[in-house]
Amino acid sequence: MSPARGSTYDCIVVGGGHNGLVCATYLARGGRSVLLLEAAEQLGGAAVTREFAPGFSVSACAHLLHLMPAALRRELDLARHGLTLAGDDVPSTALDTDGRHLTFGPRDPGGLRARAQADADSYAAWQAQLQRLAGALHPVLSTTPPRLGNASWRDRATLLGLGLGVRRLGRRDMRELLRIGAMCVHDLLEEHFDLPLLKGALALDAVLGSNLGPRSPGTVMSLLYRAAATRGAEVLQQPRGGLGALSAALAGAARAAGVEIRTGAAVARISVREDRAAGVVLATGEEIAAGTVVSNADPKTTFLKLLGSEHLDAGFVRRVAQLRARGVAAKVHLALERLPEFPGLGAAALRGRLLVAPSSDYIERAYNHSKYGEFSTAPMLEVTVPSMADAGLAPPGAHVMSVIVQYAPHTITGGWDAQRERFTAAVIDTLAAYAPGLRASIRASELLTPADIEQQFRISGGHWHHAELALDQFFMVRPVAGAAQYHAPVRGVFLCGAGCHPGGGVMGLAGRNAARQVLREAA
Amino acid sequence: MGSKQHDAIVVGAGHNGLVAACYLARAGLKVLVLERNAYVGGAAVSRSLYEGFTYSNCSYVCSLLRTEIIRGLELPRHGLQIIPYEGGCTMMRTGEHLAIYDNHDAMRRELARHSRHDAEAYDRYVRDMLRHCRFIKPLLLREPPDPTSFKPRDIRELLFLGRHFGKLGEARMYDTLRFFTMSCADMLDEYFESEIVKAHLAGSSIIGTALGPRSPGSAYVLLHHYMGSIDGAVGAWGFARGGMGAVTQALAASLTASGGTIRASAPVAQILVRHGRATGVVLDSGEEISAPVVVSNLDVRRTFLETVAPEHLPGEFLEQVRRFKIRGSSGKLNIALDGLPQFPAIPQGSPSTRGDMHITDTLEMVERAYDDWKEGRWSRAPYVDMLIPTQIDPTMTPDGKHYMSVFVQYCPYQLAEGEWTPARRQAFGDTVIDAIARHSPNFKDLILHAEIRTPRDIENEVGLTEGNIFQGELTFDQLLFNRPIPGYAQYRAPLKGMYMCGSSTHPGGGVMGAPGANAANAILRDLGRLQ
Repeated sequence: MSPARGSTYDCIVVGGGHNGLVCATYLARGGRSVLLLEAAEQLGGAAVTREFAPGFSVSACAHLLHLMPAALRRELDLARHGLTLAGDDVPSTALDTDGRHLTFGPRDPGGLRARAQADADSYAAWQAQLQRLAGALHPVLSTTPPRLGNASWRDRATLLGLGLGVRRLGRRDMRELLRIGAMCVHDLLEEHFDLPLLKGALALDAVLGSNLGPRSPGTVMSLLYRAAATRGAEVLQQPRGGLGALSAALAGAARAAGVEIRTGAAVARISVREDRAAGVVLATGEEIAAGTVVSNADPKTTFLKLLGSEHLDAGFVRRVAQLRARGVAAKVHLALERLPEFPGLGAAALRGRLLVAPSSDYIERAYNHSKYGEFSTAPMLEVTVPSMADAGLAPPGAHVMSVIVQYAPHTITGGWDAQRERFTAAVIDTLAAYAPGLRASIRASELLTPADIEQQFRISGGHWHHAELALDQFFMVRPVAGAAQYHAPVRGVFLCGAGCHPGGGVMGLAGRNAARQVLREAA
Repeated sequence: MGSKQHDAIVVGAGHNGLVAACYLARAGLKVLVLERNAYVGGAAVSRSLYEGFTYSNCSYVCSLLRTEIIRGLELPRHGLQIIPYEGGCTMMRTGEHLAIYDNHDAMRRELARHSRHDAEAYDRYVRDMLRHCRFIKPLLLREPPDPTSFKPRDIRELLFLGRHFGKLGEARMYDTLRFFTMSCADMLDEYFESEIVKAHLAGSSIIGTALGPRSPGSAYVLLHHYMGSIDGAVGAWGFARGGMGAVTQALAASLTASGGTIRASAPVAQILVRHGRATGVVLDSGEEISAPVVVSNLDVRRTFLETVAPEHLPGEFLEQVRRFKIRGSSGKLNIALDGLPQFPAIPQGSPSTRGDMHITDTLEMVERAYDDWKEGRWSRAPYVDMLIPTQIDPTMTPDGKHYMSVFVQYCPYQLAEGEWTPARRQAFGDTVIDAIARHSPNFKDLILHAEIRTPRDIENEVGLTEGNIFQGELTFDQLLFNRPIPGYAQYRAPLKGMYMCGSSTHPGGGVMGAPGANAANAILRDLGRLQ
């Protein structure tokens, strides 16, 4: 595709989130002239570090890095662009109110054997199997979803390749994959383990960021998805300087590849001429021409606001409008005067994740409330104290606590304004059951509800995957049928955000896959 | 072993056992059906537990029974008569109601009374549902392929599936993929705006299932209840004249006419195995009966954990059998009434009381009923599917009296507070009766007798593990080639000469008969007797 007459750029990327930055970099490396436009002053979208109280900084949304494949990081040379790690392979600890916490990681079942011998044995087998299945699923994430019923050799080869990949697992694993792929994580965990604390911790990873409870069929898929990104060898990392530092490194890689970046440049719409992309119009009225426009915005924003339904057929618009994108994860940030004390927990564990999910049923109950527009006073929490490993995030001696809270419905009965304080109090109360002295040390707090995330980070519904990651919105039907191959039904318009396959979670693959598709189609 | 009197023994005279036996007998096999209870029918029975009244004790309506089976086994000639519903309704807490008509235009007009948008959407909904039905129907009477196998038959069947799917065309393929993985609530949200419409339609997505309308996969359960037909009227439901026992009585008559034998009160204690193959059965009484083919109509758990000695089965297989999800979630009330109850929400003379009546008027109410089940208690505001078949079929009660069948979702097999006791069962029944009485002022006064059945009662009487009416949940991990156990979805047990024909196998439960027919097909193929 040659650039439209008179245009300065081959491609414009709308939105400087991590996927937008990744996509722009690969486009530039593919020889395109690329302009990236970001509405905010700061790059990174939801992967940013912000000061929420004087002297206290925190990763605003995602607070750990774990899904971005090592290969992608190597290709982008992020280390050279300034990414360093404050914490590598940080542990996860399932908190128990009686102080018998369970610290475990993928390679180290930790105190599990002492508490449940049989579970420790099962855990090793569980990890091994997850790793094998993840290995087979890993290539799926980097694949442009094929179109069904299409005669193209590429789509057929893709389908055949995926089929063979699964066949290569061998009969036993293949059967297990076909059985558990659409199951609920609660049932699967029941098959393997006894200890409620262990099951709660594993179920947490399966429902984190999704509008599902452990008993919802399909939650095993989110667990497999998580494992597939890292081939089952999940390593949780904390970038020095927070997730904003990752975005800065991505921006460095983009600039090094020749991408021109403009911040504070909000795109009002994508202009279409003669049924194909012609460029963008900024909120200021400025027009910029380009033959290819790639949107890192969520699908609803892209299709219904930036592109406009007049360019799309009615069935497609309906599918986009019906796309489920209601966030349920809130963030609570606490500025602490001193290091919180969790009886029974060593300092090393405080460098990692602390999980409040004492059982699968506990999570399910927390989820129940969100179905009816309420929140639970016993929420599920993923807690980090990033200042433990990265002292620069807080004043000397003080600390920052970053908490992902589920379930916080996007639309809450009575409105969030009326519920904010009660919600934050419920989170602090829940934490105080494990860290009694916590409350007295809180100097400031910040709450980001899904509604806040929607408004501050321009994500419809405030969902961190831009669109619910469920079986009916996955792979060939993500975000919607007709746009699953990264291109919109309008020529020259593409998607590259978390709303596309394979989804969000600071993985970067949607951006890379989209760039490859753009380059392929233009070739 | 004694003289070879029987070619095949079928363990259990439920509808699927009888269907399998009928097909085997028609192929010329000498078939013996052994039934534990003194009556045949399993969960499709008509019994009199109160003087002069006949109850459809468990299963209570008919639609899913395959037309091929009704015709092939000549069930009408053997006494089966199915009378379609005339309507249905959901009564609302406001005193309003949503009437259900099988006439599309009448239904549309009724929907418009609640929402003009929904009346429009109904056309699209019905069209899409029929398309999903048309997609699934040809798969019901086929043996699922094993996707891990390279056998020509499996590859052929897989290709059939692929082509069948491909014929939908690209756009429909995506719709179908989505439909089969969605929650019923999300699916209905894509069509309708009115709560009452969604609440009514969602009922079918939870019946017999340990899922709520918001659980992914529940859209399929809705379809499962939608793919029946009465005389070609797709999605129609009806009453079997004389109660659901009429279905199994007709099957039994058809079997006898083909030369098959049924022995009631003959509980099978064990399936005999010698040198890796089934050789017959031994009854509780100690009597041994041999046959080269043994077919189990019992659910997969009961079959392999209770009637086959574990040393004959592969350990991994047994492990999978133990994992098979077969949770009880449904209860049932059978009520003898002194007269027809009044339902003030329903206009006099409306056909709405002559079909299925519901009282959950929002999706949230249905979902909350499910939340109770998860906590190990019966729903405080339960979903009920209640019918008074005697308005149409007067043969079941004395003149002027009525029989009401009340299906209740959800009711757990195991209560969090402890074991089921008579007092707790009564409390469960009272919850249901109170809920109905809120919509019918004279209902309680009319009750002559009420049989209350918890999942545990259903297990004890019918033999269904945990009282699960489908012999295993209808979730993705237990459908098609996964049902009941991956690698064993083709009706054959891991023992030569032994087969499964119950609802634990593809395509699952409901009084459908397809598992029985498919199992018979597999047996006849193995015997080389398939024409």
